[in-house]
Amino acid sequence: MMDNRTDRDPVTGTETTGHNWDGIQELNTPLPRWWLWTFYLTIVWGIGYCIAYPAWPLIDRATAGFLGYSTRAEVEAQIAEVDARNADVAARLASADLATLERGDPAYHYGVAGGAAVFLAHCSQCHGAGAAGALGYPNLLDDDWLWGGTLDAIAATVRHGIRNDTDDDARWSEMPAYGEFLEAEQIAAATEFVLQLSGQAHDSQLAASGATIFAEECASCHMESGTGDRETGAPDLTDAIWLYGGDREAITESITSSRFGVMPAWGPRLDEVEIKAVTLYVHQLGGGE
Amino acid sequence: MSDSEPTALYAAREPIFPRRVSGLFRTLKWWIMGVTLGIYYLTPWIRWDRGPNLPDQAVLIDLAGRRFYFFWIEIWPHELYFVAGLLIMAGVGLFLFTSALGRVWCGYACPQTVWTDLFLLVERWIEGDRNARMRLWKSGWTLRKTRLSLTKWALWMLISVATGGAWVFYYADAPTLLRDLVALDAAPVAYFTIMILTGTTFVLGGFMREQICIYMCPWPRIQAAMMDEETLTVAYREWRGEPRGKGTKRRALAERAAASAQAAGPRIGGRSPRIPMPGIDPAAGKIEPARDEPGDCIDCNACVNVCPVGIDIRDGQQLACITCALCIDACDDVMARIGRPRGLIDYLAFSDERRERAGQPSLSVWRHVLRPRTAAYTALWSLIGLALLYALFVRPEIDITVAPVRNPQFVVLSDGSIRNAYDVRLRNKHGEDRPFRIQVAGDAALRLDLEGVDATQVPVPADDTAHQRVYVIASANTGPALADSTGIRFWVEDIVSGERAYQDSVFNGRTGQ
Repeated sequence: MMDNRTDRDPVTGTETTGHNWDGIQELNTPLPRWWLWTFYLTIVWGIGYCIAYPAWPLIDRATAGFLGYSTRAEVEAQIAEVDARNADVAARLASADLATLERGDPAYHYGVAGGAAVFLAHCSQCHGAGAAGALGYPNLLDDDWLWGGTLDAIAATVRHGIRNDTDDDARWSEMPAYGEFLEAEQIAAATEFVLQLSGQAHDSQLAASGATIFAEECASCHMESGTGDRETGAPDLTDAIWLYGGDREAITESITSSRFGVMPAWGPRLDEVEIKAVTLYVHQLGGGE
Repeated sequence: MSDSEPTALYAAREPIFPRRVSGLFRTLKWWIMGVTLGIYYLTPWIRWDRGPNLPDQAVLIDLAGRRFYFFWIEIWPHELYFVAGLLIMAGVGLFLFTSALGRVWCGYACPQTVWTDLFLLVERWIEGDRNARMRLWKSGWTLRKTRLSLTKWALWMLISVATGGAWVFYYADAPTLLRDLVALDAAPVAYFTIMILTGTTFVLGGFMREQICIYMCPWPRIQAAMMDEETLTVAYREWRGEPRGKGTKRRALAERAAASAQAAGPRIGGRSPRIPMPGIDPAAGKIEPARDEPGDCIDCNACVNVCPVGIDIRDGQQLACITCALCIDACDDVMARIGRPRGLIDYLAFSDERRERAGQPSLSVWRHVLRPRTAAYTALWSLIGLALLYALFVRPEIDITVAPVRNPQFVVLSDGSIRNAYDVRLRNKHGEDRPFRIQVAGDAALRLDLEGVDATQVPVPADDTAHQRVYVIASANTGPALADSTGIRFWVEDIVSGERAYQDSVFNGRTGQ
């Protein structure tokens, strides 16, 4: 019964391959033939794949493959597909009156979600990813608005911007730098009055003389009461929110040198749906009026 | 090494033609096949009324809606630990069964075994039993062979389509999906899934069969490691069967065979690596015949002929053996006919092998099945099961999760008060819309405000999650406004049922300002 052509391991009775290393023999347990063919098939498949799809890296690109597949084109197709699916709701948002748009409306959800993306892409550079702003860049989460926090006011600000030269309808106001025509003592007095307005610790005597200066120089925009005026974007000086800081030093600097920011007009850069979307998004951040 | 031909490193598959067999284990396997296939094919069609807002399919994996329905149980994605728990139970259950009964899963319940059995049934029905099939295999491509093969493949394909088809019904409403499938209106992924599963069922059940078990499946390796010497498995009572032989000259033949076996060393012919029987010293290389008279094995090859993986169980425990126990039925039948006691091939533990060789009786089945190791597995399995059941029954029908908005940490409002924002998710597991009330506890100075909602109530749709931004406000110069942080607790209450749930969070005050 012994097969004379091959050696057998005396212990297990299994064929050996004939490989022998210092007396250690390799047993032969044959693999099924189909396994070998499967292996060859994967090689053929791999070669076919390399020809059909982008595969071999070259200096500045990779081989394109005969099928012309590219991940970029696939992403573009997917974006187009999503856009097509959203076409109805986007059209609905474009023609909607934001003030009467119900919160349960699909267009509202589409706007808030899409507005978040617009905000991150175009607004977060200054206003921050969380819309909390920074020194000189308004916080959009709070209940204080320089130019108004209604949907219409926010949309107008987004569309036309603030103090830019590109849009004739841009919101515009400019506080004079009082350092040029007020004495330092007068500025100090006005500062004390502003501190008093906002309920902070102040020098009452100086504040009393500051009140006169305020009434003459500041009240035309910031109002007699100091509550500001949204027509001119004049900040409310009585509240707890300060764009450029509310301590003595910061207020002195604001009066002396005057400070104001600019914002580009987004009307030319964003389409109507994007403007409405980002308006809805900003309005529901916690301060919308 | 040979002088002539090199050793073959690859071997062609030898076709296997298992003979029909009947007996205790075959009957048991028919029943298990019927029950498991019945469960698989029919489960998607069981209806279960859950009210107007929920699907009425008893078992449904709703991938798009991210829900798993199992009769009265509904699993949400965040409760996937139930599924993980069931998988762990399945794992421990496999330990239990393997330590007690060896590869009983492979032999009786594995889909590969069950479907192969079904395909073999069809094959036997169309082409006849073992000898007829072997003749047909060797014959050329006659008209008859073509007709039989085509019939067989067509029936296999029908079973395969039904198998692949049944799978997709678990993922969508079965009656609707069936209508859509027939009207060629179903989702492409449904057709694609059916095609793939049809293909795998056809190839694996019809052509690959034992090759899957021997070369592709990891379980034989893993389960072999989980068996011990008390584990019952299918084995041959060598000391009773040897020296084997047949006919009137059994004894002479047997002795000659034994002599030749002694000369040749242990028998060869296994198609896969063999695990040597304990008690046999491989170095000695010999199995001593237990006695002088011929053994009970008449070498009729019935056990080999019925084997679906094409091995000889008399070679001992081996990797290819799926312990389907059909050889036990085949041998018992022969033993009955020659008037010898049954059980020449039987469920047997390694320890029994030693006992019987020493002339002692083997232990009862229960002594093998009920022992500390299996008891430990059973306890572990039950413990996990009870824990899952407990978790299932105490889980609330409503739920709240709170994600504090930390960009920024807080917002100063114009009156100097401090506001924190929280993204709150409210889960309503009821089958109807419910109004939920949100409250905050932790400090009397804190008050609640809901974005876009004037009240503190939020309507939550049936079987859905509502997303609500919640503001917690502390007036200027109150404790929480000045403190670093204040622990708070959000309560949600289902106004209809009065159920409550909570989650703790933190309120950030005006740190360092």
